[in-house]
Amino acid sequence: MMNHDVSPPVLAEAPPAPRPARRLFWPRIGFAGTLGGSIILFWLVMALFGGHFAPHDATEMLDADVFEPINWLYPFGTDYLGRDILSRVLAGARQTVGIALAATVLAALGGLLAGLAAAVIGGWFDAILSRTLDAMISIPSKLFGLILVAAFGSSILVLIPTLAVIYLPGCYRLVRAAAVNVAKLDFVLVARARGEGSFYIMTREVLPNIVGPVLADFGLRFVYVVLLLSSLSFLGLGVQPPDADWGSLVRENIGGLPYGAPAVIMPAVAIASLTISINMLIDSLFGRNTDRKGAH
Amino acid sequence: MNAVIWKLLLTRLATAAGTLLFVATTVFVITTMLPGDVAQEILGQNATPEAVAALRSAMGLDQPPLERFLSWLGGLMVGNPGVSLVNGLPVATLIGERLSNSLVLAAITAAVSVPVALLIGISSAMLRGSLYDRVVGAATIFVVSVPEFLVASLAVLVFAVKLHWLPALAQAPQGHDLLDLMRGLAMPIVTLSFVIVAQMARMTRAALIDTLSAPYIEMARLKGARPIRIVLTHALPNAIGPIANAVALSLSFLLGGVIIVETIFNYPGIAKLMVDGVATRDFPVVQACALIFCAGYLLLVMLADIAAILSNPRLRHQ
Repeated sequence: MMNHDVSPPVLAEAPPAPRPARRLFWPRIGFAGTLGGSIILFWLVMALFGGHFAPHDATEMLDADVFEPINWLYPFGTDYLGRDILSRVLAGARQTVGIALAATVLAALGGLLAGLAAAVIGGWFDAILSRTLDAMISIPSKLFGLILVAAFGSSILVLIPTLAVIYLPGCYRLVRAAAVNVAKLDFVLVARARGEGSFYIMTREVLPNIVGPVLADFGLRFVYVVLLLSSLSFLGLGVQPPDADWGSLVRENIGGLPYGAPAVIMPAVAIASLTISINMLIDSLFGRNTDRKGAH
Repeated sequence: MNAVIWKLLLTRLATAAGTLLFVATTVFVITTMLPGDVAQEILGQNATPEAVAALRSAMGLDQPPLERFLSWLGGLMVGNPGVSLVNGLPVATLIGERLSNSLVLAAITAAVSVPVALLIGISSAMLRGSLYDRVVGAATIFVVSVPEFLVASLAVLVFAVKLHWLPALAQAPQGHDLLDLMRGLAMPIVTLSFVIVAQMARMTRAALIDTLSAPYIEMARLKGARPIRIVLTHALPNAIGPIANAVALSLSFLLGGVIIVETIFNYPGIAKLMVDGVATRDFPVVQACALIFCAGYLLLVMLADIAAILSNPRLRHQ
């Protein structure tokens, strides 16, 4: 079929954009986009191989004072036990990026499947699914996280589905809204008339036409997951010791705040560099109209 | 006010009530569905089966789930959300004082941030595209996309450690002197305000710019009206609805922010109570706090919707 091969032009029409979005091709992401993309790439590499680049052992108590300021030997200072913060931040990238990425992929896949199914099948299925998930959106994400952690605990294997469940309704809503518009178009009717099954229509006819908004949403959703995971860890309810993600690094060093220790600020700066970079990349790829609601 | 508006408002109210019931059910189901046994967990691994069974029946855990849910819901209606599993105190007592602490924090933050945010949002919409607008845009996007504890840490570093203006720790509002009270609350309020102002200023700017792009504004501009007059007398009256909507929605970010801020500054509010409850798996406390938070959130979202409905002249004069 020719119809569903036209995804790039349709991409600009699917989200409710007040101004016509500019067509952007790969090389034209500008300075902010390139910078954002490079920082994201850096953290992805660190999540995979961070341990190899660390100047010190992340768990070793070095021959240093606690809460040392920034210096040549310890570029990010030392923590409350005299460990090297730079090494701990690099090691923590694996926890933060890994858990958040796994949870976002899970939420996006679940939301994609449910949203496409709701748009294609419609009727009662759509109504019940939409009502239930809309009600779930009305629970603020941090609160939802606290409730789930209270009930199921916070081992990493539980944290990933917990974060995924919290952000699945948002993915669902976006996918459904985009897919409902596509499902009304003629080529979907043709496919139905041909006798194609729902799953074929979902994946072959509708999905290719909503890839753009879904990818933009994936990026934003990843930011929310990183922020929520960090917040939970900061509250002591996320990643548990001896593992440490960036949020737990801030928590364990919070005692150094009155001394202005870099140990408190640097892990938080790492989180900020990741989330801001993703925002910059998305803005330059998809335009400034991206909806940032739902971050709380 | 006419029938259409009343119908819309009643629908919103009914939706909010229904959602709250759904949330209550979800919270109850999730917190009672847990794999472990609460009684076993309280008594530890060495408890005899008889002791566990006795505690279970004392806590009403041997009742069927539906019955427990209904009695819990009934208790909530009359203001009795049960007894803490950790210290045996009634949850209502635990919540009482802390709720007012949190409300004081939220109220002062709102009183500080709404005017500041409106000023920033409206001025950057008026000066759209200027250096000021771009700086404000960059600063607000920074605050919105970093974790609240970074904002809190930076605020402590700047205002308490470097400038020595404010104490680094927060205190409960107990001083009789207004100045003492403000000093104790200053850091949490400053931190929360940063988060709320950034959110609210962004949304206010967007709402006003939306109105400024309407054809009648173009007309006013072509007539030669001065920019300040266009904004104040032409655009603002029509943007009040969207702006009120933005204000209420941004205030709902208080709920997320307050969880972090009360923890980092050790402020004896209801969010701290809930976080401690989660850490000790004190379910009656967690359930009650979660419902209070959700009710507050739903109230703000409902106010946002009502502001949007009431400010729509097409609905008012039908």
